Parts: sequence; C-alpha cells; structure tokens
Amino acid sequence: MLEPAAIVAVLKQVGFTHLVWIPDSHLGTWEAALMQSPLKPIRVTREGEAIGVAAGLMLGEAKPLVAIQCTGFFEAGDAVRNVAHDLKLPLKLIIGVRSARAARDGRSQDNCPLFAEQLVVAWKIPHQSFDPAEATSAQLEAVLEQLARTTNANAILWAE
Amino acid sequence: MMTHHEVLEVLATQRRDHVVITTMGSVAIWPTLSNHPRDFHYLPSSMGQGVPLGLGLCLAKPGLPVVVLVGDGGLLMNLGCLVTVAQFTVPLTILLIDNGLYEVTGGQAVPNAGLTDFALLARGAGISHVATCDQRSDWESTARSALQESGPSFVWLKVQGERGKPTPTAPRPMGEQILQLQDALRSHRPIV
Repeated sequence: MLEPAAIVAVLKQVGFTHLVWIPDSHLGTWEAALMQSPLKPIRVTREGEAIGVAAGLMLGEAKPLVAIQCTGFFEAGDAVRNVAHDLKLPLKLIIGVRSARAARDGRSQDNCPLFAEQLVVAWKIPHQSFDPAEATSAQLEAVLEQLARTTNANAILWAE
Repeated sequence: MMTHHEVLEVLATQRRDHVVITTMGSVAIWPTLSNHPRDFHYLPSSMGQGVPLGLGLCLAKPGLPVVVLVGDGGLLMNLGCLVTVAQFTVPLTILLIDNGLYEVTGGQAVPNAGLTDFALLARGAGISHVATCDQRSDWESTARSALQESGPSFVWLKVQGERGKPTPTAPRPMGEQILQLQDALRSHRPIV
C-alpha cells in the first residue's frame, strides 16, 4: 500500500495548490501527511460544497483537487454537473470507492463500486481507476500527473 | 420593510473593489445598477453553491474582498457552508436576501418562512460579524463596516417578497464572464 506521505508529496509535486476534502476511513489516513505539507486540506461540510469551493478556487486560477468518497460524489451530482459542464472548469477529483477491493474479490455486496463507475460516466467525467494497494510509486506519479495535466474535468476512482 | 432592489442600490454605493457574486433574483437586478469587471453572475448555477464559490475565490486570492448575494432558499440548501466559512479569516461578505420565498419558481414559501433566525445560525456557526437589517436606513448604516471586515461577515437582509418576476438571465455567457473576471483579478496583489 502506498504511504500517505508519498501520495501527498506527489499531489504537491504535480501542481495541485489546494486540497478540498471530506475524509473517509481511507482518505482520512492522509491527514497527518497533509498537515505536514504546504497542501493543507480545506475542510468542508458536504461534498457538493467541496465542488463549489473548488470552482471558486479555479475562478481565482488556483489548481485545486477535491478528494471525497463516492457516497458524497453521488450526492454532489448537481454541483459536479454545473462546474464541469456549465462553467466548464477543469474540476479534478479523487473519488474514494468504498469496498472496491472487497467487491472485486467477491467479499462484499456493497453497491458503491457499481454506482461510482456508472455515475462518473453519467456525468461525462473522464476517469481512470487506481488501486493504491497494488500500484507502484511510478504508477502513482503517472496517474496523478495525468489528472493534474488534463485541461478538462477528470477523476480518479480510487479503490478502497 | 425594504425591497430587494433597495438592498442592491445601497450595495452599489458602498462597493469598492469587491468581487460581487450574484445568484438567483439578484442576477436580474444587479446589472441595472452595476457593470463592473468584478461582477460575476453565477448563472447557470447549482443552487446553494454561491457562498462556497465566493470562499474558494477568497482562498485563491488572499486579501481579495468578495461579496456573495444569496437568497434564503439557496442558503437553506447549504447551511453547512457557514461553518466552513467561519474557519477562515477572509474578507467574504455574505448578504442574505431573505424574502421567505422561492421567488424564481413562482413564490412558494421556503421551509419555516419568517421563523428561522439566520443571524443566530451565522453566529452559531462561528461568524463573529453578523448584522440584521429590515429597513433601508439600517442597511445604509451597516453596509460600510460589513464590507470592510478582514474576516467573514454576514448580513441578514429582510426584504419584501415579490411574486411574478421573470426568470433571471445573466447579461453575459458564462465563458465570457469567467474570462472577464480572471482578467480583472490579475491586477490583485495577494496579501500573505
């Protein structure tokens, strides 16, 4: 499993200026590393709000990343639609997919992995899947570099 | 009780280099009073996202004064944003236009219309500069200090409900607005 400090270091390295987040049990493990980093988290109360804060940051020409669990992404749909398709801002998301590994191994009936994939497609957000438990440091750098570099809205479905 | 238009008239006299973000009914009124490169009409919008948008702009451009005009219906969709805003010492002024109605959809009542204490909610969230105005004279005497705060401020402006108003449209397409705002803000010198 990639270490939180390594993940946070790469987030900074690829140019993200702000991290807007609501932690879940996986993303929450990044907290100590974030607090040691210039990339301090902006804590918000719900995921739709995270999208709105990121939109304002992008209006101000910052490069924010939103990190949320898929359950919150489901609720944030209208905000995502507005920012990605009305405002056409390059919204960047890491969406933690609850139970992704367990579902893949047949150990969970959680429907989060199914709907996470279907909803990023429904909102026409280009995306890639990534599993920090299996990936190398080089793969981490490649996937985050691509996320940061694209000029349109983009997401990583981050296996949990 | 004052009108929505009067609230914006007073804002127009007190606004300096603030970014002014309008939402919903204010989108129809503000362009009749102001045509400033730092005006941003958040339409098409996602309802309730005006305050987060303003906060994000403040965080991207430290020291930039931002005013967000939000309706009671919109704020009720995202009350948690008051707690989020309270974490930051940013010059963000939230002007709540409370008419008790979903004006744009035909004038249906918002939940608990007229009974919710929005000032108490803002204070409870941790915003220290909070004011309430239901007369134009109150708002005239409050506006200057509210707009000069170095931290977040919240003004609850109680206005007459008005029905039958046309659905607002932004005076410029969104893409054009974004480019204009970003161009206007390049001269801002961040306060760090």
